[in-house]
Amino acid sequence: MGKWTRRAFIGTGALAGGGFVLGVTGAIVAPSRHSVRSDDAESTGELNTWILVTPDNIVTVLIPHCEMGQGAQTALAMMAAEEMDADWNLVRIKEAPALDAYANAYIGRAFLSVPGPLERGFDYGTYRLARLAGLQITGGSLSVRSTGHYGMRVGGAAARAMIVAAAAKQFGVSASECAVANSRVTHAVSGKSATFGELAKAAVKESVPSHPALKDPNAYTLRRTAQPRRDLRSKVDGSAIYGVDFTTAGMLHAAVEIAPVFGGKLVSVDTAAAEKMPGVKRVLKLDEAVAVVADTYWQARKALATLEPQFDDAGHGAVSSATIFDAFDKALGAPPEMPSGATVVKADYRVPFLPHATMEPMACTVKVTGDRAEVWAGTQDPLNSRSTAAKALGISATAVQYTNLALGGGFGRKLPGYHDFVDMTARIAKVMSPAPVKLIWSRETDMQHGFYRPAAMARFAGALDAAGVPLAASCFYAGGGDGESTFMPYAIAEKNAKAREAKHHVRTGPWRSVLNSQHGFFKEAFIDEMAHAAKKDPFEFRRDLMTEHPRFKAVLEKVAAMAKWGLPLPRGEGRGIAITESFGSIVGQVAHVAVSPDGTLKVKSICAAVDCGDVVNTDTATAQVEGGIMFGLAAAWLGEITIADGRVAQSNFHDFKTLILSGAPLVQVQFIRSDAHIGGLGEPAVPPVAAAVTNAIFAATGVRIRSLPIKNASLLPA
Amino acid sequence: MPITLTVNGQNRTLDIDPDTPLLWAIRETLGLTGTKFGCGIAQCGACTVHVNGKAERSCTMPVSSVDGATITTIEGLASGGVLSHVQQTWLDTQVPQCGYCQSGMIMAVSALLAEKPHATDADVDASITNICRCGTFARIRRAIQSLTATSEGGA
Repeated sequence: MGKWTRRAFIGTGALAGGGFVLGVTGAIVAPSRHSVRSDDAESTGELNTWILVTPDNIVTVLIPHCEMGQGAQTALAMMAAEEMDADWNLVRIKEAPALDAYANAYIGRAFLSVPGPLERGFDYGTYRLARLAGLQITGGSLSVRSTGHYGMRVGGAAARAMIVAAAAKQFGVSASECAVANSRVTHAVSGKSATFGELAKAAVKESVPSHPALKDPNAYTLRRTAQPRRDLRSKVDGSAIYGVDFTTAGMLHAAVEIAPVFGGKLVSVDTAAAEKMPGVKRVLKLDEAVAVVADTYWQARKALATLEPQFDDAGHGAVSSATIFDAFDKALGAPPEMPSGATVVKADYRVPFLPHATMEPMACTVKVTGDRAEVWAGTQDPLNSRSTAAKALGISATAVQYTNLALGGGFGRKLPGYHDFVDMTARIAKVMSPAPVKLIWSRETDMQHGFYRPAAMARFAGALDAAGVPLAASCFYAGGGDGESTFMPYAIAEKNAKAREAKHHVRTGPWRSVLNSQHGFFKEAFIDEMAHAAKKDPFEFRRDLMTEHPRFKAVLEKVAAMAKWGLPLPRGEGRGIAITESFGSIVGQVAHVAVSPDGTLKVKSICAAVDCGDVVNTDTATAQVEGGIMFGLAAAWLGEITIADGRVAQSNFHDFKTLILSGAPLVQVQFIRSDAHIGGLGEPAVPPVAAAVTNAIFAATGVRIRSLPIKNASLLPA
Repeated sequence: MPITLTVNGQNRTLDIDPDTPLLWAIRETLGLTGTKFGCGIAQCGACTVHVNGKAERSCTMPVSSVDGATITTIEGLASGGVLSHVQQTWLDTQVPQCGYCQSGMIMAVSALLAEKPHATDADVDASITNICRCGTFARIRRAIQSLTATSEGGA
């Protein structure tokens, strides 16, 4: 997918509508977010922040989000094109550059309900804050539900209104008599018509409407259809350029070894021999690492392998997974108290640290020239990557030109605050200036220097009355958690989840579905234990408690029907059900597993029913649910990072196993259209997987798995 | 000693460290970046290329060990801008998500289907052991099944 380079060199300049304006009534009036345009809007064809129309009749949609496999760029362009009534074949997609003008604007809307009169100020205020903080995030399953819903639709509708206004003037008719279809404005009575391209130069002179009329969803012709992703040709013919692929004249290559214990520092290293090796330009001692810079990457790797750096352990050398879980256990203390006289169910659950293990290891290129720099990488936040490099170099962010490239996976590893590899490359390139330097982390470095999904532990207690009706379900948990972990859609009088603190030195960060990945498992596995204690069918037990949540009930019933819940299965097979809500979407799943007499697991199929309100691109939406299921299954079944001697024990894909084709189940996905606000899809399919599969294993074998990954458990009947 | 290779139909002479893995010779010396680095220990398959028609993981293969060989990379599958049958099926099925592993997947599947045009699911499971972290396996399976169901297979 093309990158926007033309204006990237023009800089941020003065922007029209660039500040809050004191209105005549004395109230603070904000310009609408999508009205922010660069000074040269007339020459670029910029109708508003997100939409450009040029005389060649091409509509270009600027997408302020990266492409890491989720298909959001295509979906967001569809949302804009739908409102414009543009011909989809004449729509082009460009990733917005790393400029302040394209800072996040709408993400706050996913978390707060904003009253109509305040929307404009809220979005503009969010944008000003994001500019200040340098945020251009792709994450939180936010692209479609925030930028798409509040930005692209409005930008598209505003562009359409401007084009129609220009057409009406040209035709000498009223705008209300003009119709738009396939990038053409027509006035039926006079027979006059003009293409978007023919109207582009006049339309750009129209003022940007702040509240253009939006299309009735029943009139959608492009949304709710399956459209091929525009970037995929380059991803089957090898031409896509990822961060790791970037190359520029005179570029040197760097390889690093980082202190294995988090927080450790380089103590000493003898660099003399390595410096004499072929192609080696320099061996650099960084605070926490040693780096070799050479003509080629292999030369750098080969020289690095000969070094014997000594690192300290920052006092964490005695920490292990066992000590971390012991601390969790101690912090949790006694289980939550339950009413006396009830049937009480108690259980402890554990999940390990997990790496993102993006297929593309961390990679970045930096070129420092005097007091300016250029940076190339594929990250989930171009503006933060830019400021990270600027900070490392001691220059201002505007002195850094950042170009985002394709991402070989993200899953949260490349969000703001986690650009340590950009920081490291900048420090190396500063020394090597003016030569550009590309740093590629080895898989070993990537595996051992991540920001891991936090390991966590939960201690549950639940109570049932004599009829099997649940009275309470509560837990304490340690290792990470927040408000989103506490919600259960079940009508149980007493529901609680309380965090208990137990700190450790392991670096943690957001991992696809964030804390929902742990708590989705905990809650949906424990509720299954309660159903079993109540001697009720796990599906019926859940459904009967969903009286207050009809959307959940509809999803649960749909997925049960898809999976033929209740139909008898052969011995050794079982179905498990789970349902979670995250990022604005409800996902129910049923896993069907078979456990052979020797205890070998086969996950035969996973069905998913999804209520995300509405779907934009039906094909990429399905792909995200399919992918989320596989990602969640890989983690639940096989995924585990353990800590030994203060450091990560695993180093590569031979000892960190993940899913391959032979382990992948059949997947079936169906969507429910509801009147709910549009939800995210990049993450919500992950949280239910672990519980659906472990509940299915219980149904098949009677073995209840309370500690992940599943591979560590014996599935032989007790 | 320079090493000679035929890469995507062109004769190439490489004057590099003979230890250099074929992967880095392809990516850096020849500038063909469609072949990806994923693990460096032949575990993930992102670096899969064809060496004399056979799928090989190029990250652990010293370039000296393939002197004189015929190499095909992902850039060499299409002919005159027309995608190969496997590539086109990948596109039609909208298989890739981030796409990083897909060069290797396509190379591995192309080699398998050239040998066994009607490969069974069991053949595929045994042979296609590449890692994908986005989780595109459902579509990979579907794409392969649509290829093995047609008479041309993967050729």
